[in-house]
Amino acid sequence: MTGSSITTPADQHPSEATRSRFDWRNTFFAGFSYVSAVSVLLILAAIIISLVVGAWPSIKEFGLAFLTSTEWNPVTEQYGAAVAIFGTLVTSLIAMVIGIPVSFGIALFITELCPNWLKRPIGTAIELLAAIPSIIYGMWGLFVFAPLFSERVQPWISDTLGDWAVVGALFQGPPLGIGMFTAGLILAIMVIPFMTAVMRDIFEVVPTVLKESAYGVGATTWEVTRYIILPYTKAGVVGGIMLGLGRAMGETMAVTFVIGNANHLSASLFMPGNTISSAIANQFTEADGVLYTSALIELGLILFCVSFVVLALSKLMLMRMAAREGKAT
Amino acid sequence: MKMMKFDAVTKLFVLIGACIGAQICLANVKEIAGAGATFPYPVYAKWAAAYQTETGIKCNYQSIGSGGGIKQIKAKTVDFGASDAPLSSEELDAAGLMQFPMVMGAVVPVVNLKGVTANQLKLSNAVLADIYLGKIRQWNDPRIAAENPDIKLPSRAITVVHRADGSGTTWIFTNFLAKVSAEWKRNVGNAKSVAWPSGVGGKGNEGVASYVERVKGGIGYVEYAYALQNQMATVMLRNRNGNFVAPSIASFQAAAANADWMGAKDFYMVLTDQPGEQSWPIVGASFILIHKTQDNIDSARATLEFFDWAYRNGAKMVDDLGYFTLPEKVIDLVRSAWAAGIVGPAGSAVFPRP
Repeated sequence: MTGSSITTPADQHPSEATRSRFDWRNTFFAGFSYVSAVSVLLILAAIIISLVVGAWPSIKEFGLAFLTSTEWNPVTEQYGAAVAIFGTLVTSLIAMVIGIPVSFGIALFITELCPNWLKRPIGTAIELLAAIPSIIYGMWGLFVFAPLFSERVQPWISDTLGDWAVVGALFQGPPLGIGMFTAGLILAIMVIPFMTAVMRDIFEVVPTVLKESAYGVGATTWEVTRYIILPYTKAGVVGGIMLGLGRAMGETMAVTFVIGNANHLSASLFMPGNTISSAIANQFTEADGVLYTSALIELGLILFCVSFVVLALSKLMLMRMAAREGKAT
Repeated sequence: MKMMKFDAVTKLFVLIGACIGAQICLANVKEIAGAGATFPYPVYAKWAAAYQTETGIKCNYQSIGSGGGIKQIKAKTVDFGASDAPLSSEELDAAGLMQFPMVMGAVVPVVNLKGVTANQLKLSNAVLADIYLGKIRQWNDPRIAAENPDIKLPSRAITVVHRADGSGTTWIFTNFLAKVSAEWKRNVGNAKSVAWPSGVGGKGNEGVASYVERVKGGIGYVEYAYALQNQMATVMLRNRNGNFVAPSIASFQAAAANADWMGAKDFYMVLTDQPGEQSWPIVGASFILIHKTQDNIDSARATLEFFDWAYRNGAKMVDDLGYFTLPEKVIDLVRSAWAAGIVGPAGSAVFPRP
């Protein structure tokens, strides 16, 4: 009885057998997480390789001219990606120009200004919005938003802005309600919940003591946001924006519904255009012929590269911001 | 107890064996698989459902697009492929395939003009081609007005709507435009997807239909079935004989009846711009592709039995879908082609004439 109550060194430490079992588990888990992480790289490499292999006939045929040619003619088998690249960049840009300020505002409101009882309903609503499938946004865009836009908003914008010197060219053309501007707007609506959710989460991790100190020395809410919250969370904010941008550039169905799918380069945002992903979605099923298919795969490769470049640029931006840290602004 | 266990295992093996055997023995062909064109999908789906209730044999048709269907049948992953555009004799020979027409449908232009109802607007071939070429841009253009003196045409811009995806519908439509307009043939051409000189693209028939309904002053082209279902304003076209005709099953059949199937090698027949007083000018057949030499004679026979059944019983079912079947003499030609052209591994006919 008494003997068992005396603690021995063996009781304090796990027995030899237990430890080796733990060791086995540790080794297994370490190996598992290592393999999982490396497999991301492997899959990425495999995607790049298969895209390049699939696109090779087209790369060989058109070379760099593929990037600058606006021709897309399955009859004569002349393909160029300029219109689709342009459409992808422009619609994503519109989405970002509208989406970033709005989601930043919502996130700030929720974390800093919102009365407590309203926080949860708004937060839940945003998470629900993020879960809506993109095709729903597309159909809403085509059946509800586009007619409203073409009848009420578009003629008014064309009349007021259409005659301006440079900006005017962006807003001319017949009020179809479908086109690059509508696509950009729908994309903005789609990415706002994503970016808001990320930004809200990272704004919430700013230590209260930092904010309280700033308020304590008489800073306004905006000054706290500008000089405390944003510097503290900039990596996360940029990350959230990149997530939204990635989604905007890759979005397929919603854009296909409202962009008009025409392979014409046009200065006006009201004219129909095309994006890389909607061109692929539209044409892949009926693409017969090696060159046609490989041109579409090359479009996919370009989208991959564009996303990569955008991601790299954002990292570069963060690094430069980090380098400037601590210096007077 | 032990016996029962053994029994269960045997049953399992028999079941697995039957599943494999289904590919081999006739009595067990329970399913035939096909893939391809989206244009005739409503028809094949309806036939398949009726055929299954009648015979118990399931026909699984995937409407993945003609291009995909051709790839699948070449790879022998399906029993038959389906294509809206006929394949050339060279392509058929290269892959060891034969093709035959199964069902026909028509493509109709539809418009969205205030006060213009179905079959009021008349368009000549040249005018339709120039609208799609982007040369006629206003609805009150004198060339449109000349043929429609009794309609008050608005001074509204024409918005051309075309298919954004590659499709057999586009193939048939551009085939017609290339036949009636030299400029279209030279600058744009005939394919399942072309470089459209103007307009906006909708995805699928429903995409084109909804764009036309959405945009005032829009003109598009859809399968007849979609125009019917959505009660869209179809137009009258001038056919080869110079008459204005309205789209209807009767005018489609008139076009098909005048076609010279006898002289068409490998049933390569495009039914656009056909002669005849009442012929609708944009009619197309959808084709079935099947291997000439069959490795598995039983599944091949089951496939042909389905199509034979469809030729005999399918006509009534497709009328209300806006499609129609082939004239009897063409069906007879197809049956002869089956008997002569499709053989099993040993060289015997799969589906000989009775």
